[in-house]
Amino acid sequence: MKAARKRLRRLGTVLAGAGMAVFLAGCENAIVLDPKGPVAEIQKDLIWISVLLCAVVVVPVLAIFAYIVWRYRDKPDNKAPYEPNWSHSTKLEAIWWTIPIIIVALLGYFTVRDTYKLIKPPAETAHVEPVTIQVTSMDWKWLFQYPDQGIATVNYLNIPEKTPIQFVLTSNSAMNSFWVPQLGGMMYTMPGMAMRMWLQSDGTGEYYGSGANFSGSEFAKMNFKVTSMTQDDFDAWIEKSKQEPAKLDHKAYQQLAVKGTAPIQTFGDLEPTLFNSIVIQNGGHHHPANGLDIRGAFPVKKDKQDSSAGGSQAADSAASGDQPDSSQ
Amino acid sequence: MWDSIKEFAGDFFVTGDPLIYGADVSIALVSVAIVFVLTYFKKWKWLWTEWLTTVDHKKIGIMYLIASLLMLFRGGVDALLMRTQLALPEVEFLQADHYNAIFTTHGTIMILFMAMPMMFALFNMVVPLQLGARDVAFPFLNALSFWLFLFGAMLFNISFVIGGSPDAGWLSYPPLSELSGSPGRGQDFYIWGIQISGIGSLMTGINFIVTILKMRAPGMKLMKMPLFSWSVLSSCITILFAFPILTVTLALLFLDRYFGAHFFTLDGGGMSMMYVNLIWMWGHPEVYIVVLPAFGIFSEIVATFSRKTIFGYKSMVFAMMVISVLSFFTWVHHFYTMGSSADVNSFFAISTMAIAIPTGVKVFNWLFTMYRGRISFELPMLWTMGFIPCFLVGGATGVMLAVAPADFQYHNSYFLIAHFHQVLIGGVVFGYLAGIYYWWPKLFGFKLDEKRGRWGFWTWNIGFYLCFFPQYFLGLDGMTRRVYTYEWDRGWAALNFTSTIGAFLMGLGFIFQVWQIAWSVRNGQRDKTGDIWNGRTLEWSIPSPPPAYNFAVVPQVRKVDDWWHEKEDRAKGIERPKQELEPIHMPKNSGIPFIMSGFWFLVGFGFTFDWIWMVIIGFLGVFGSLYARSFTYDVDYYIPVDEVKRTEQKLRGATR
Repeated sequence: MKAARKRLRRLGTVLAGAGMAVFLAGCENAIVLDPKGPVAEIQKDLIWISVLLCAVVVVPVLAIFAYIVWRYRDKPDNKAPYEPNWSHSTKLEAIWWTIPIIIVALLGYFTVRDTYKLIKPPAETAHVEPVTIQVTSMDWKWLFQYPDQGIATVNYLNIPEKTPIQFVLTSNSAMNSFWVPQLGGMMYTMPGMAMRMWLQSDGTGEYYGSGANFSGSEFAKMNFKVTSMTQDDFDAWIEKSKQEPAKLDHKAYQQLAVKGTAPIQTFGDLEPTLFNSIVIQNGGHHHPANGLDIRGAFPVKKDKQDSSAGGSQAADSAASGDQPDSSQ
Repeated sequence: MWDSIKEFAGDFFVTGDPLIYGADVSIALVSVAIVFVLTYFKKWKWLWTEWLTTVDHKKIGIMYLIASLLMLFRGGVDALLMRTQLALPEVEFLQADHYNAIFTTHGTIMILFMAMPMMFALFNMVVPLQLGARDVAFPFLNALSFWLFLFGAMLFNISFVIGGSPDAGWLSYPPLSELSGSPGRGQDFYIWGIQISGIGSLMTGINFIVTILKMRAPGMKLMKMPLFSWSVLSSCITILFAFPILTVTLALLFLDRYFGAHFFTLDGGGMSMMYVNLIWMWGHPEVYIVVLPAFGIFSEIVATFSRKTIFGYKSMVFAMMVISVLSFFTWVHHFYTMGSSADVNSFFAISTMAIAIPTGVKVFNWLFTMYRGRISFELPMLWTMGFIPCFLVGGATGVMLAVAPADFQYHNSYFLIAHFHQVLIGGVVFGYLAGIYYWWPKLFGFKLDEKRGRWGFWTWNIGFYLCFFPQYFLGLDGMTRRVYTYEWDRGWAALNFTSTIGAFLMGLGFIFQVWQIAWSVRNGQRDKTGDIWNGRTLEWSIPSPPPAYNFAVVPQVRKVDDWWHEKEDRAKGIERPKQELEPIHMPKNSGIPFIMSGFWFLVGFGFTFDWIWMVIIGFLGVFGSLYARSFTYDVDYYIPVDEVKRTEQKLRGATR
């Protein structure tokens, strides 16, 4: 019996060690746990807080479980007490109603704190002029428009480092979701609506981005590379891109909208009303207030939006944040 | 003429994929074999009178069980096909559209046509016996529920050889599931398959609520009711409020697709987010609908195999009721990233975490039921032992997912996939398997073989952890769900390959179980006593398998775990007073549920193929069946005392 216990303990140590090794190896490679910007940083911290708070309960309970199962197994020589009718203890039950309540309260506090924190752009870069990128998920490619710079790209994204990037997101077909794990969590793209979120990269580097919500046949091919570069490099890239002869006007957009995958592309010029017309065409005219969302407090540069929007309702509401429903 | 037939067949049958042709051939062969066997052994009449027309809850339970195991097989094959495709990067085993169809049918089948009927199998097999009742409250309705489920499930299942499978995901978000995104027939099969079986699910919910509230043996106050029956009550109450939402949602989607309505299409002024809200208002309670009975099963098993009264009975009841209420207030956690405000996300984050409280309490109570007990590890208990650590970790990752800002990083990734498989397999499937092992001897009169069962248990469990633990890390490494392929430079190959190995181990576990059942039919230990586990509740007080009327005399209940106490009294020499036999009132068999459900099938098939004549025939048949039933007055009969006496003597003669 003693030998059995020893063997069991050794087995337990080996298993725990192996589990831990796999766990750490898995975490080391995980891009979500290797953040490169403030949003992903907050989310990573929160992930670890929740892991710890859960572990505080789960690990001891697993240990108690193993102990009880071993101690009270049905063996003729087992001398552990047997009380077949012991079935209630107010004190004990009060304890285990209370423990999870405390854990949930703690975790709830951190959750709510960060939910509100992530509405606002980071204070450290509040003085930096944000870059706006209009994102459209299409069948089955990503269109990125830089309205202020007057260029557009397909299936790749370049951003300046240490600058808040304001994403305005929509879809021209099925729902999708825009996700660059090392910069931050995802946000749905939906037709006829302009969602918003902000991300920021704290240094230069290349990140993996993808569509996260199934949108049909070639959904698996909807990933893209995000390159974070210095402001100088970014400016140089913008200048170079402007030399590209292709212009993203309505006709080019129609060609791009044909179902199918697409290679990476750069458009040196941009029809400024295009993004708004994508939102409007896909149903935005029915839902003038659909630019409102969790990240609504983020400052869209209203003057620029207006000048490009040509008075469209969707863009107006996205910009001002709150507008009465005027179309119905 | 020939051309038009060819054109029709090309549209009607799914063509072009060798895997599908293989399925066509095997379906044809199996059908021929079934017809041959039934004809050769002259079993058609037996099939009709004993099974297709039965209203006996035990037989209906067995039919649910067989159907759900078949669906587990189908859904499992889907899973293995997917895991084969994902084993390595850039595998060209399945085409994109085929893969998309497979994950859609895998999800739909596993939840609606595997978990639900397996749960209903256990409801039917156990609840009336636990309550000391002779049948459910509405036996005819019960049969109708089963046949609606089966015909709905068949309608959904034939889509992969006829007309084409749905491929917009198991919850089919619009606009992808609208005509614009899914012009094929698959989505219509999806709508009608679920609608028809959904009516059955709702009726089962009503039936068991009434059964539990009205049919308990005298003396069995609600607070003396076995915990499994309590779990069924909480699950059925949840069904009662959740399933109508599903029906309405799919009806609206049908109107969109069939009549060009615009409930969920933005360009007509509709709102696809409304669908997402509605479907999860059903979808989230649905997971509690299936897991609550598993909690009930574990409560019965832990007490029986620790030979100890369940710890904290009142807490257990309270916890289940709290869960069934809270389950309606968490649906938004399925789409935190759809742009709800911080207020909304905070509310739903907290309400979701709050469900961990009663669930955690249940785990503690199970642990302390074992504490100072005597634990034996027969198969039902073994699966319970597999469940506890698995569900603890799955619950913890569930709490992690509830943390709204962190969920922005988990949502739609393999982290989520790993989590819900861990709670649905580790909680629901392990629970139902434990329940099946536990009550199998009661229903069939023999025990399932221990040795083969243990092989099954270990391959299932090792396979499970190998399959799903790597997926947590894949999710954290950016792998999103529903991708049919990925590139080498993502570095996901090793984890995916491990996951695939695990999936095939689970498949092997299933094969062991099938072997175990086949072996035990001939060689399994026969149950002569009716109380093979030294049970605690009323179902163990009657012979296995029970006679059609279950209880010769309706038991008088005094305590929780009444049968256990009766046995204790007997050991002390105290016998309870003998009751006189009386003629037993029983419902008569009816073919109407089967026929009516067949007509519903025609309705669904007609709508799917746009054949209005078939829809009309179907509806006429449905209403005809309703009419026929309404004017059937000869619906019951009495079993005379003599016959009861003879049956009881035959069943119990040797023992008492």
